[in-house]
Amino acid sequence: MSAHPSPTTTRDEALGAAPSATVTTPAADTPIPLRGHLRHTGALIRRNLLWIRQDPESMFDAVLMPIVFTLLFVYVFGGSIGQALGGGQDEYVQYVVPGLLAMMGMNMAMGVGTGFNQDFNSGVMDRFRSLPIGRGSVLFAKIAVELLRMLVAVAILLVVGVLVGFDITNWGGLLAAVALAAAFGSSLMWVFLTLGVILKNAQSVQGMGFLVLMPLQFGSSVFAPPQSMPGWLQAFTDYNPLSTLADAARGLMVGGPVARDLWVTLGWTVLITAVMAPIAIRKFKTKS
Amino acid sequence: MTRIDKQNGTTAVTVRGLVKHYGETKALDGVDLEVREGTVMGVLGPNGAGKTTLVRILSTLLAPDAGQATVAGYDVVRQPRQLRRVIGLTGQYASVDEKLPGWENLYLIGRLLDLPRKDARARADELLERFSLTDAAKRPAATYSGGMRRRLDLAASMIGRPAVLYLDEPTTGLDPRTRNEVWDEVKRMVGDGVTVLLTTQYMEEAEQLASELTVVDRGKVIATGGIEELKAKVGGRTLRVKPADPLQLRPLARALDDLGITGLATTTVDTERGTVLVPILSDEQLTAVVSAAVGLGITLSSVSTELPSLDEVFLSLTGHRASAPQDATPTDARQEVAV
Repeated sequence: MSAHPSPTTTRDEALGAAPSATVTTPAADTPIPLRGHLRHTGALIRRNLLWIRQDPESMFDAVLMPIVFTLLFVYVFGGSIGQALGGGQDEYVQYVVPGLLAMMGMNMAMGVGTGFNQDFNSGVMDRFRSLPIGRGSVLFAKIAVELLRMLVAVAILLVVGVLVGFDITNWGGLLAAVALAAAFGSSLMWVFLTLGVILKNAQSVQGMGFLVLMPLQFGSSVFAPPQSMPGWLQAFTDYNPLSTLADAARGLMVGGPVARDLWVTLGWTVLITAVMAPIAIRKFKTKS
Repeated sequence: MTRIDKQNGTTAVTVRGLVKHYGETKALDGVDLEVREGTVMGVLGPNGAGKTTLVRILSTLLAPDAGQATVAGYDVVRQPRQLRRVIGLTGQYASVDEKLPGWENLYLIGRLLDLPRKDARARADELLERFSLTDAAKRPAATYSGGMRRRLDLAASMIGRPAVLYLDEPTTGLDPRTRNEVWDEVKRMVGDGVTVLLTTQYMEEAEQLASELTVVDRGKVIATGGIEELKAKVGGRTLRVKPADPLQLRPLARALDDLGITGLATTTVDTERGTVLVPILSDEQLTAVVSAAVGLGITLSSVSTELPSLDEVFLSLTGHRASAPQDATPTDARQEVAV
C-alpha cells in the first residue's frame, strides 16, 4: 500500500503490534521542518501586507481610532474627570493616554477575526488548507500583521498624546507598556480568530466582538478611575484585564505601583493564549 | 515533486467504500472509484449528489466517516501532508486571492510549496505566460474577467506540477465562450499527462474532457465506464426534428415509433417547440429518420442533434430524474453562498 518503503519503525511496531498491522499501515506523515514553518509564515505575512497596500482603507481604524479617542476623551471628559482626579485636563491626559494604549491592544485584536472570516468565505482558505503547510502558519501570519497594525495605532496614539500634553518621562517604561499591550492583544487575537472560524460571516464576528469588548472596556479603569463605581463593579474592574493592563501601563509610563497589575495582566495573557490558541488551531484544522 | 506509486502501477486515485454523513444526510454513501494515471475521470451528477464532498475528502479538507482513499499512493487520512504535495485543486471554492495581483497569487503558492524564491518567481512568470495572463500580471485578480480568474485558478493549481488535478465544476457559472476557453486549457493540461478528476453537472462537459465517467446520485455511484459505453447505454444522441407543419408533429412521432428507428428510449414530442425527439445511436439512424420523413411526405424545417442532458442520462440509467438538491448539507449551504 505504502508509496515509499519506509525504513523507519512505525508506531505499531514500536508498540509491538502484530506484524500484519504494519504491512497495511502507510508510512507516517512527514513532519514540516521549522524552516518550512518560517518560510510559509513569511510568505503569508507578505500576502497580508500586500492586502494593506492594495486596500489602504483597511488601515483607517488603526490611524483614526487613536486620534478620535484621544481628542474625544481629553476635550470632552478631560476637564470634569480631571477635576475628580484633583487636577484638570492636563492631569487627565496623563491618566487616559496609558488607558487608551490598553484599549488599542484590545480593539485592534478584533479586526483579525473579520479578515479571517472573509478568507474562509472566499475560498482562499480552502486553497491554503490543500497545500502542504502547517495549519498554524496561516494564523501566525495573521497575528503578526495585526500586531504591526496595533503598533501603528500605538505610535499615532503617542504622537497625538504628546500633542495634547502627555509627558513621556520614562522611555524604558513606555516600551515595556507597549510590549505588555501587544502581548495581551495577541492573546485576544486567538479569541477573535476562533470566532472568525466558527461564525458564519464578518458581521457576526464584529457583533460578538463588541458584545465582549464593551463591558470590558467601560467596566474598567481605562477612561475613568473606578473609585466612584459601585462595589460589585469595582470587584469586576479589579480583575478586568483591561483595567490591570491600563494601570500597569500607567505605572510604567507615568509612575506608581506596577507589580500587581503587571502580574495579573500577564496571568490573563498566558491563560487566554493557553486556552484559546489550541482551540483556534483545532477549529481551523477541522473546519469543513 | 511528482511521485507515483510504483506498486499500484497505473492507478492514480483509489477510493473504496467512502462514507460521509452530515447528520441525517448521506453526502457519500459508500463510493468506489478508480482513476488511472494520465486519464480524465468525469464524475457526473446533480447538485447535492456528493461530488464536492468527494473532492474535499480527496484534497484532505474533510475527513471521511468510513472507507479508504489514496491519491498517488498516499492515504488521505494518514498522510495528508505528502498527499497535498502531489495534488492541485481548482473549483467552485478553492479560489484565488482577489486582492492580490495575479503574479503575487502564483508566487505565494510557489513559496507555500517550498520553491526557493528564484524558482517561485520563474514559475509564476512561466505560468502567467502559459495561461495568457502576462499582461494582467500586476493587476489585482478582482479586476479580472470570469474567464481570466478561472485561468489564474488553473495556473495556481499547476504550480507544484501536481500528479493529480481536481477540477470541481470548473465551468459552472461561466458563459459559453469562456467555458470553451477553460475547456481548451484543461485539454492542454491533460495533453501534458496530468491525471484529472473532474466533477460536473453537464454531460457535454464530461464528453469534451473525460475519457471515463462515474455517474453519482445521492452519494452513490449508479454507473461507471468509458464515456462511449455510457453514451451508448443512454441512447447516444438525441435527434430533434421539426416538421414545417405543426399538425404533422404527432403523425411523424407515431410513424417513427412504428419504424423502430430509435435508440433505447422511445420518441417524445415537445409540443412547446414543435419538435419530435428521437434518441439515436448512429449516423445511419439519423439518415433513416430523415428519409422516413421524406417517405411520409412531411417537410422538415429543422434537424439538430443534442447530447443527452443530465436528466435524460439519469432517466435511462436509473428510471428516475436527477434528484433535486437534497436537504441542505453544509456543502450545499456553501454552494448557495458561492453562486
